[in-house]
Amino acid sequence: MDLLIRERNTRIYTGGRPFNREQPAVVLIHGAGHDHSVWTYQARHLAHRGYAVVAPDLPGHGASDGPALDSIDSLADWIVDLLDGLGLTRVSLVGHSMGSLIALAVAGRAAQRIDHLILVGSVAPMPVAPMLIEAARTDRDRAHAMINQWSYTPTGQLGASSTPGMSLTGLNRSLMAHQQAGVLAADLQACNDWQDGLRLAADIPCPTLLICGERDQMTPPRAVKPLYDALVNSTGHARMMVLPGAGHAMMAESPDALSNAIREFLVS
Amino acid sequence: MTNATFGRETLALHAGQSPDATHGSRATPIHFTTSYVFPDADQAAALFNLERPGHVYTRISNPTNAVLEERIAALEGGVGAIALASGQAALHLAITTLMGCGGHVVASRSLYGGSHNLLGYTLPRFGIHTTFVDPRDPAAWQAAIRPETRLLFGESLGNPGLDVLDIPAVASIAHAARLPLMIDATLVSPALQRPLELGADLVMHSATKFIGGHGVAVGGVLVDGGRFDWEASGLFPTLTEPYEGFHGMDFAEESPVAAFLLRARREGLRDFGACLSPMNAFQILQGLETLPLRMRAHVDNARRVAEHLAAHPLVTTVAYPGLPNHPDHALAQRLLPDGCGAVLSFELQGGREAGKRFIDALRLFSHLANVGDAKSLVIHPASTTHFRMTAADLAAAGIGEGTVRLSVGLESITDQIADLDRGLAAVAKLLKS
Repeated sequence: MDLLIRERNTRIYTGGRPFNREQPAVVLIHGAGHDHSVWTYQARHLAHRGYAVVAPDLPGHGASDGPALDSIDSLADWIVDLLDGLGLTRVSLVGHSMGSLIALAVAGRAAQRIDHLILVGSVAPMPVAPMLIEAARTDRDRAHAMINQWSYTPTGQLGASSTPGMSLTGLNRSLMAHQQAGVLAADLQACNDWQDGLRLAADIPCPTLLICGERDQMTPPRAVKPLYDALVNSTGHARMMVLPGAGHAMMAESPDALSNAIREFLVS
Repeated sequence: MTNATFGRETLALHAGQSPDATHGSRATPIHFTTSYVFPDADQAAALFNLERPGHVYTRISNPTNAVLEERIAALEGGVGAIALASGQAALHLAITTLMGCGGHVVASRSLYGGSHNLLGYTLPRFGIHTTFVDPRDPAAWQAAIRPETRLLFGESLGNPGLDVLDIPAVASIAHAARLPLMIDATLVSPALQRPLELGADLVMHSATKFIGGHGVAVGGVLVDGGRFDWEASGLFPTLTEPYEGFHGMDFAEESPVAAFLLRARREGLRDFGACLSPMNAFQILQGLETLPLRMRAHVDNARRVAEHLAAHPLVTTVAYPGLPNHPDHALAQRLLPDGCGAVLSFELQGGREAGKRFIDALRLFSHLANVGDAKSLVIHPASTTHFRMTAADLAAAGIGEGTVRLSVGLESITDQIADLDRGLAAVAKLLKS
């Protein structure tokens, strides 16, 4: 469905079911250079299990009007406006990569509205290799190739896809190419610049789940420890789980395991 | 745009397949099953709701076919592919996914005869019409576009005149009109050209030909590059409006980059049913493993054959873009730098009778209606593959009554040339009598 947020058109995918604000709401926030379609399986799974799914295209991404916002804080403010626009007073937030930083920032500024926080493929801070940011600015094809190489396991890059007939890296490459010029670079720079993650994590009052890919090269499990330590000592406490064999692109590489993990945490 | 990590030779051997998790099988297993057991009722519902990926019924998807689909998608640089019962089925699926009654196609007039039949004779019965244009004339492509046009379609190498399609130029015309361009790349295979990199949006193959290479299995494949913006075009309600026949799904909203393949699999493959047998998928995969190696040898042999025929006094013309005197030679060097394939045609002195004598004298080249076999093949288009076309249409497609088409195989080049010389000697004898 499409909705006006800040007087700009916003595409919201609801998982193939009509949006029903009477149901518990889950907001799925995509990562850099992506759109809602990275969440297709998880969105459909939750929508068919009694949740009101809200998977927006962030401003300037996918079918949502631009311009893209250039900081995690401004994206978090936008998510709060999105919740207001949908009339949602309480939600659970799920974010992937850049989306996980946005979710953390939303939880920091609207803690009383968040039931569960699920951070997928997340580290804080989230430094981005300068050569990747530069490639995103000057040579998008090269940047997309680098992201594919670091986001998928060798099996995901070469071997059988979870979705019959689809090339996972081909899908991701085309999805990134669909975004407007400059969007990926702005996203990556925003990830790199945001330094408030550990401070905010220490005060998160809701239950939090960190989901890591065992073979994630972008946000490897060993790099998650500072964020996990901050969250586990917060009042909401935190759990961490590792998806066996998965890379950074967990939604595509391990769709069932990720859907199960999200749903089981939401009902816990 | 292509898989940056792996070369073509690696993708041809490995893409789409991991060793079987249960038994460790290195080769791709043949999944001879019509259907797949649901672990429980909840999983069954989840598969039908597309909450989870997986196989339900082999008409829609099959694990062996999926390996072929993902391998071709990786080689072409696409987002995915659908394997079909034949190349004709791939063309039909593409067209019926994009349009219904009232739709219109602009197509090159130098097409495989079967494609010409489908577009020119069969689809008009269902209200889908085609305007055929000179593939070398950009203005003709442009002028043929109508408000109801939904697809531009051509072949990488035209059949049988071997004209080279200027894919970037035709893609520009298509995109300016908010239309996709589909390329039949059967004669070049992904080993020699990747049309998606040149601007095409969809690619189809008769996998029966070079991709299989062995001549034992009929099959087709349809690849989506995932770059065409169906919503921005505004011309494709089949992809951008809810479809009551499948969960009320708006395919472009569901997946902006896989909308075409989603609809094609969930409607066209489901309802028209032109699925590929997993046995055929397995056989085609066996050939595909060596495609880059074979194409290099095909191209080397074809160049030698073309040069030999061009130097022979009984041959009036040779159509092979690898030769400097072919009108598309410069374009071929740009768009087909690794070679112009292994199909060529030539005109003999003596017309129709000379063509028949030539073919009947050959022992190594097999006279049959196919191309892209490891074995060398020969045919007389005017009396076989293009027999439905009028004399005027034949001439427009660059086919003479004495045109002979060769598919140059992998036998010893010395033996191939000796066989062709045997045929030419028979023509010389005819002309002296």
